[in-house]
Amino acid sequence: MSVLALIISCSFVVAVGFLAAFLWAVKSGQYEDKYTPSVRILLDEEEQTKLQPQSDEISTSKHLTITKS
Amino acid sequence: MESFRQLTTEVSTCYHCGETIRGEQIVHDGKLFCCSGCKVVYEILEQNNLCQYYSFEKSPGVQPNVVESSRFDFLLDENVQKQLLNFSDGTFASVTLTVPSIHCSSCIWLLEHLYRLDAGITSSQVDFLKKQITIAFNKTKTSLKNIVILLASIGYEPELRFDTIGKKEESAATRSLYYKIGIAGFCFGNSMLFSFPEYLGVDPTETTLREIFSYLNLLLGIPVFFYCSYDYFTSAIKGLRKGIINIDVPIAIGIVLLFGRSAYEILTHTGAGFIDSLCGLLFFLLLGRVFQSKTYDRLNFERNYKSYFPISVTTKKNGIETTIPISSLKRGDRIVIRNNEIIPADAILLRGNAAIDYSFVTGESTPIEKVLGEMIYAGGKQVGGIIELEVMKEVSQSYLTQLWNKFDAVKKEQGELSELSNTVSKYFTYAVLALATAVGAYWLQYDVKTAINAFTGILIVACPCALAIAIPFTLGTTLRIFGRKHFYVKHTSVIESLAKINTIVFDKTGTITHLQKSSVEFVAYNSARDNDALTADEKIAIYAVAKNSIHPLSKVLCDVLSESVSPDASSSLNEIVGREPYTVEQFTETVGKGISGVVNGHLIKLGSGEFAGSGNANHHEVNESRVYLSIDNIPRGYFSITNVYRDGLETVIHRLRDKYEFAVLSGDNESEKVRLQKLFPRSTELRFNLTPVDKLDIVRYFRTLGKRVLMIGDGLNDAGALMQSNVGIAVTDNVAQFTPSSDAILAGDSFSLLPTFLRFSNISIGIVITSFVFAFLYNLVGLYFAVQGALSPIVAAILMPASSITIVVLTTGLTHLFAKREGLL
Repeated sequence: MSVLALIISCSFVVAVGFLAAFLWAVKSGQYEDKYTPSVRILLDEEEQTKLQPQSDEISTSKHLTITKS
Repeated sequence: MESFRQLTTEVSTCYHCGETIRGEQIVHDGKLFCCSGCKVVYEILEQNNLCQYYSFEKSPGVQPNVVESSRFDFLLDENVQKQLLNFSDGTFASVTLTVPSIHCSSCIWLLEHLYRLDAGITSSQVDFLKKQITIAFNKTKTSLKNIVILLASIGYEPELRFDTIGKKEESAATRSLYYKIGIAGFCFGNSMLFSFPEYLGVDPTETTLREIFSYLNLLLGIPVFFYCSYDYFTSAIKGLRKGIINIDVPIAIGIVLLFGRSAYEILTHTGAGFIDSLCGLLFFLLLGRVFQSKTYDRLNFERNYKSYFPISVTTKKNGIETTIPISSLKRGDRIVIRNNEIIPADAILLRGNAAIDYSFVTGESTPIEKVLGEMIYAGGKQVGGIIELEVMKEVSQSYLTQLWNKFDAVKKEQGELSELSNTVSKYFTYAVLALATAVGAYWLQYDVKTAINAFTGILIVACPCALAIAIPFTLGTTLRIFGRKHFYVKHTSVIESLAKINTIVFDKTGTITHLQKSSVEFVAYNSARDNDALTADEKIAIYAVAKNSIHPLSKVLCDVLSESVSPDASSSLNEIVGREPYTVEQFTETVGKGISGVVNGHLIKLGSGEFAGSGNANHHEVNESRVYLSIDNIPRGYFSITNVYRDGLETVIHRLRDKYEFAVLSGDNESEKVRLQKLFPRSTELRFNLTPVDKLDIVRYFRTLGKRVLMIGDGLNDAGALMQSNVGIAVTDNVAQFTPSSDAILAGDSFSLLPTFLRFSNISIGIVITSFVFAFLYNLVGLYFAVQGALSPIVAAILMPASSITIVVLTTGLTHLFAKREGLL
C-alpha cells in the first residue's frame, strides 16, 4: 500500500517535470519559429577551419616576396 | 590584395552572386566578380574572416544596391526609432527588420554572425520563413542607422515599413493556446491513468485507494476547469449578453456540469467523477482551435495606408537634400521624387516631367501627365525622371488617407464568427435543455437522485464536442489545401461565406487584365511585306532608341523587340546596342508626343500620329494604344498594344455563369467595353470611370438587393468595395507586394482555379453537415444511457474520445478525398 503511494507520487512528480519543461519551452519562444532551427543545426562550426587558411596565407606571401626580389 | 578589370569573351559567373558575367569582369583574389558591388561585399567578408559564407551554397550573394548613407538619415529621428524598435532602454535596444533578400542557408549564417561586422551588435537571429532578422545592439556603440547601412552594403537591405506592429498580439495568443493544450493534454493522460483502477475493477473494499485516486483526479481537473476552459466561458457569456447562443454556450454548460458533478461526487465519496472526460473534452477542443488557425508568415490581410507609403522621402532645403520620415512633412516643404517612387502627400509640381501612374489608386491604366503648377494627389507613382514638388497637405490629410479612413469605417460586422455553428448550436441547446428538463421532471416522480443523474447526464453527454470539432478540422484542412494552391484565406469563416455567394463582382485593371503583359503587333503600311515588315537591323535600331525612354509603352516595346530579335538572351541585345554601329545620337523625348534618335545615320521616330506621322493608318480601334513609327521621316507603320486578359478568364466565366451573376466595375475608361461584352454574358453589368467610393456604393447597393457579393480586386481603388462585400479577394502577381485589406489573397497564377475553389467551399460545408450527422449518432448512444440516469463515468470516458477521434478522422479524410477528386491535391 505504501509502495503504491510512493510509486504514484514519484511518477506524478516526473510527469510534472515534463510538463514544466514543455511550458518553459513555449515561454522561451521555441515555437515561434519552427523552421530556422532546422537549418541552423546544419551550419558548421568555424573553429576547425579558422586555423588552416591563415597558414596558407603566410606561405603564399613568403613565396611572392622571394620571387619578386 | 589588388584587383583589376578585364574584358572577357568567356562566359563565367560571379563568385558572389552567381550572375553571368558578360563583357567586363573584375578579378580579385583569384575570383571573378560581375561588378564592384559584389567585389566590395567579398572584401568585407574576407577581412572579417567570414568567407565561410560561400561554403554553404554556391554563389549565395545578393548584388547590393548603391548605398548613400544620407538615404537613411531619417533613422536618427527619435519618433521613427520609437516606432521601429521592439524595445529600448538606456544602453540596449532590439529591432526586428524584414529583409526580402534572405533566400538560403548562407544568408542565415552570415546574418547571425553580424556581430563580427559591427562590434555594437550583441546578437542577431533570423526567422527564415518570415524573412526577418531580430538584432540586439548596444546603443552607445552603434545605431539603428549604422545597422541598416551595414545590412544594405552587404546586399541585405531591409524593407522599412511601419506596419509590423500587429503581429506581436498574434504570437502572444498562440503562446497562451500552447500552454493550455500542454496542461490539458497532461491532465488528460494522467486522469485517464488514475481512472483505470476504477474502471478495471479495483476491489470495492479498498476505499482508501479509490479515494486517493479520485482526489488526485480532482486536483488535475482544477487547472483544466479554471485555466484551459477560460476562453469558452468568456465567449459564452459575451454571446449571451448580446442575446446570441453561440457554440460556446452548450460547451460551457457541459464543462460546468462535468466539473460540478465530479467535484460533488468525489468530495461526498458517492462516485468517481468524470474528470477524465472533462480533460479529454478540453484537449480535443483546444486542438481544434489550433488547427483552425493558419498563419501565413509573409502575408498581411490588414494592410492600411501606412504600409502602402514608403517610410521616408527626400526633401530639398536651400539646395541641400535630406531624407526625413514622411510623417514630418509639412505644408510648404519641397520634396524630390524619383522614378518608381510613390508620392506621399498631395503636392504641386514645381519642376520636372511628371507622368503619374494611378492604376493602383483609381484603376486607370495609363500614366497621367501633369503640367507645372498642377496638383498631384498622394498615392500615385512617378514614372519618369526626377520631379520636385511642394507639399500642400500633410500625409494624414491627403485625399488618399481620408479615403482610406472612410473605408475603415465600413467595418465588417461578421468578424470571425462561424454562422453555421451558431445556427446549429442555437437549436441544439434549446432541444437538449428541453429534453433534460422533461426527463428530469419524469424521474422526479420516482427518485430525486436518478432525476439529478439523468438531468446532468443528458447535458454532459449531449455536449456538442463533436460539433465543435467538425468545423475547425474540416475548414482548417480546406484552408491548408487552398493555401497550397496559392489561395490564401484569412479565416475559416470566410470559406463558409464563400459557399453562400451568388454574385461575383470583378475589378478590371490588374484583376482580370494582366498589368505586366501586353500583346504587341506591328502593323506595316506596306502590307505586302507585313510578316517581316521590319528587318533585324531596324528592330535593333528601334530597340536602341526605345531603351532610353522611361515611358511604360517604350518598355513594352523593348521587351517584345528583344524577344523577337534574340529570344534566348535579351542581355546580349543590351551589349549590341551599346556598341557601334547601334549607338544612339541626338536622343530626345517630348512628353506627350514621342521619342526620336539617330542610329547608324537613320532617324527613328516613335510616338503619336502627329509626331511620327500616321500615314495611311486605318481607323483607330478604341481598345488599343498605338505607337507610330517612322524611319528617316517615312511613316512605316505602328505598333498596336492591347491589354492582355488573364489566362483562363474565359474558362472561369464559362464555368461560373450558370450559378453566379457577374458585374465588372472599372476605374478606367470605356475603351475595353466591346471586348468585355464579348467575354461576359449579356446580363453582366459593366460600369466604367468609377471612383473608389462609387465602387463601394455599388457593392452596397447590390447587398441591399439581397445579393451575396464576392468582390475581386487588386488595388487601393477596390479597398472600399472589398470591405463592403460579403467576401473580398485581393488578386496579386506578387504576394510579397502590398495588397489592400481583404478576406483572402489569390495569386494571379491561380486565378483560373477560382471556380474550383468556390465549388470546393460548397463541398466542405457538405462534409461538415455529414459529420454533424455522425456526431448526432454518438449523442444518441450516450443519451440512451443518460436518459435512464445510468450514465457512468466509464461510458462517458469511452464515448467522448471515441466520437472526437472519429469526427477528426472522418472530416480530414473526406476533405482530402474530395480535394483529390477536384484536382486540388
